[in-house]
Amino acid sequence: MGNGDDPQFLPLTQLERLLRSLRDAGYDCIGPQLKDGAILYQSLESIHDLPHGLSDLQSPGSYRLTENQGGRLFDWANGPSSLKPLIFPPHENLWRANKGSDGGIEFSSYTPDIAPLAVLGVRACDLAAMERMDHHFLRPEKQDPWYRKRRESLLLIVVNCSHPSDNCFCTSTGTGPESRSGYDLRLHELDDGFLIDAATDRGEEILQKLELSPAAQQMVEEAKEELERAATVQGQAVAVDDFRPIFSGREDDPIWERIAERCLGCGNCTAVCPTCFCHREEKIPTLSLDSSTHQRVWDSCFTAEHSMLHGQPVRREIRERYRQWLTHKLAGWHDQFGESGCVGCGRCITWCPVGINLVAESAAFAVPEEGVE
Amino acid sequence: MVSRSGVPMEAEIVERLQESESVFTLRLRLLDEQQRHNYRFEPGQFNMVYLHGVGEVAISIVSDESNRHLLNHTIRAVGRVTRGLEQMQKGDVIGLRGPFGRGWPMEQARGRDIVIITGGVGCAPVVSALAHINRRRKHFGRVAIVEGVRHRRDLIYPDRFARWQRMDDTQILLCTSEPSAPWPWHTDRVTEHLGKMDIDPSGALVLLCGPEGMMISAARVLQELGIDESSIWLSMERNMQCGEGFCGHCQIGSYFVCRDGPVFNWTEIRELLAVKGI
Ligand SMILES: Cc1cc2nc3c(=O)[nH]c(=O)nc-3n(C[C@H](O)[C@H](O)[C@H](O)COP(=O)(O)OP(=O)(O)OC[C@H]3O[C@@H](n4cnc5c(N)ncnc54)[C@H](O)[C@@H]3O)c2cc1C
Ligand code: SF4
Ligand code: SF4
Ligand code: FES
Repeated sequence: MGNGDDPQFLPLTQLERLLRSLRDAGYDCIGPQLKDGAILYQSLESIHDLPHGLSDLQSPGSYRLTENQGGRLFDWANGPSSLKPLIFPPHENLWRANKGSDGGIEFSSYTPDIAPLAVLGVRACDLAAMERMDHHFLRPEKQDPWYRKRRESLLLIVVNCSHPSDNCFCTSTGTGPESRSGYDLRLHELDDGFLIDAATDRGEEILQKLELSPAAQQMVEEAKEELERAATVQGQAVAVDDFRPIFSGREDDPIWERIAERCLGCGNCTAVCPTCFCHREEKIPTLSLDSSTHQRVWDSCFTAEHSMLHGQPVRREIRERYRQWLTHKLAGWHDQFGESGCVGCGRCITWCPVGINLVAESAAFAVPEEGVE
Repeated sequence: MVSRSGVPMEAEIVERLQESESVFTLRLRLLDEQQRHNYRFEPGQFNMVYLHGVGEVAISIVSDESNRHLLNHTIRAVGRVTRGLEQMQKGDVIGLRGPFGRGWPMEQARGRDIVIITGGVGCAPVVSALAHINRRRKHFGRVAIVEGVRHRRDLIYPDRFARWQRMDDTQILLCTSEPSAPWPWHTDRVTEHLGKMDIDPSGALVLLCGPEGMMISAARVLQELGIDESSIWLSMERNMQCGEGFCGHCQIGSYFVCRDGPVFNWTEIRELLAVKGI
């Protein structure tokens, strides 16, 4: 495992106690569970609800669960749900306007009404994605209070990833499979328990309530080997981390047209992507004319409305919208935030109805054009 | 840590002026004294203007920044929010969030000849720069204003133009595509008339706003006239939802127009402007 203190061992039988300790400390808990044929984060009542003995098979445009013989709880790669809806929900009430009898308007901010929330089973890529979201919503010169409130309510319990899917490429983006920072508690699943360590005081407080034993050297070795395996089995890798030099001057490359011929412009990729932050602001209808609520709602650069200007979309064609998505993720993000907008989670590949693969599409730009020295 | 402004401020309409058939100016006063006191803006910045129960739109501030009591918005009624705002009367209250964005480089402009070129219907972004210059006229060199409109009736502030035209060292070229328009109008596009400007190209600073096609051709002609490309500034428009760098709608290339703009230097944005649908 990574840096920090020496890990300790949490026997499997103590996992329920971890959950109880979290509740006793005032946290609502959510964790991965089988729902509608996928592993999703849901309110977690008992560790018996965790996806016992399940693994996933993912490929471009496809997600399937299979039973495995091992009986572990975290033997799967990420499903469609990331941390994004917890910090940046699909709908967020921002403010309310009430018209007074004197003709004035009283504006008041909504504050998200949320209890401290512990998330069990976070993956390294999603932790990295959340840090990227922080860089957007919590800029040093301007912070988004709604995001901040939700973000600060989270206690993050990561589980190192030992089962990347065929669509994962976090090794190449440097964001996984091991979580190295940004978590409160970190687990590494072994057959009969977990290695556990804390990185924050809040995590340490929970750790103190558990009955732990020092981890045996052989457990630490085993974890290390599993992580190495998880890092090397990944079937694909982004060509480079920073695509700015590669995309530069290629705005009208025929490759965009070839992708656009397949792309449906549905926006599934932006919805599942843990770093896509675009949203529109809307007033939501209320029965009273005197009161109006202003809300932000997830949006996608694949819609015509996203770039609507003077009654016409700036990006009229799917070619231009796909170009926006890919160049923003892999190139523009570097200018904006000094890092890539892609953490290698593979979700946009799995949940694309026609199986467009960001890794393959971007690689096409990276190979030298034929006939060019 | 600074929180985003997030929630609008109440602003009362102190005066409403009809500028042309579909253009009107609202003179606004923030109702809260503290907010009024804290509110400072630069020419070229904008507010998100909220009409109760309808929505918010980005609108440039057109008044001079030294007027700490009133701020003006000149608005063209084109759609849901702006048509609703058109119905507002003196005494009505609307909401404002702002000011947002990077304005014109007024410090850099000091002492130099100034060229202001507008086209189409949207000259609002340069108006507060003009107000700024006219209030401090001796700090600037010669001023050439080239304004293009489709029809003569689209010209807003005709009285002000008439007044400016009489000022020393100020040249105004009004252009319309309407055939056989009477004097003082020039027919044709603004770009056809830039050669008539009585300014020193080597030291001039240019403020451009209008349709992107017009700005691109104007920038080309200006460079042919000997104006350095880094002396050309322009105000951009994009879809804006939040106005303060969060919603992602205003992106052009790596820029957030609401935050990195709306005013850009030509050298920052020329490559992007050359790409269709970016
Ligand atoms: C930074 C910035 C500054 C701006 N400053 C100003 C300003 O000072 N004054 C001002 O009037 N506007 C300004 N605008 C433009 C203004 O924000 C839009 O006109 C406004 O958002 C339209 O909203 P709406 O709800 O009224 O129209 P919507 O209901 O959104 O409808 C738009 C509809 O109106 C038509 N339409 C919209 N805009 C135009 C147009 N420009 N020309 C022709 N038809 C159009 C289209 O047919 C379209 O279907 C600015 C925009 C930006 C980004
Ligand atoms: S672009 Fe795709 S692989 Fe990268 S973070 Fe977003 S969803 Fe994951
Ligand atoms: S512009 Fe597109 S790719 Fe970028 S954050 Fe918004 S939705 Fe995601
Ligand atoms: S208008 Fe929302 S990011 Fe610029």
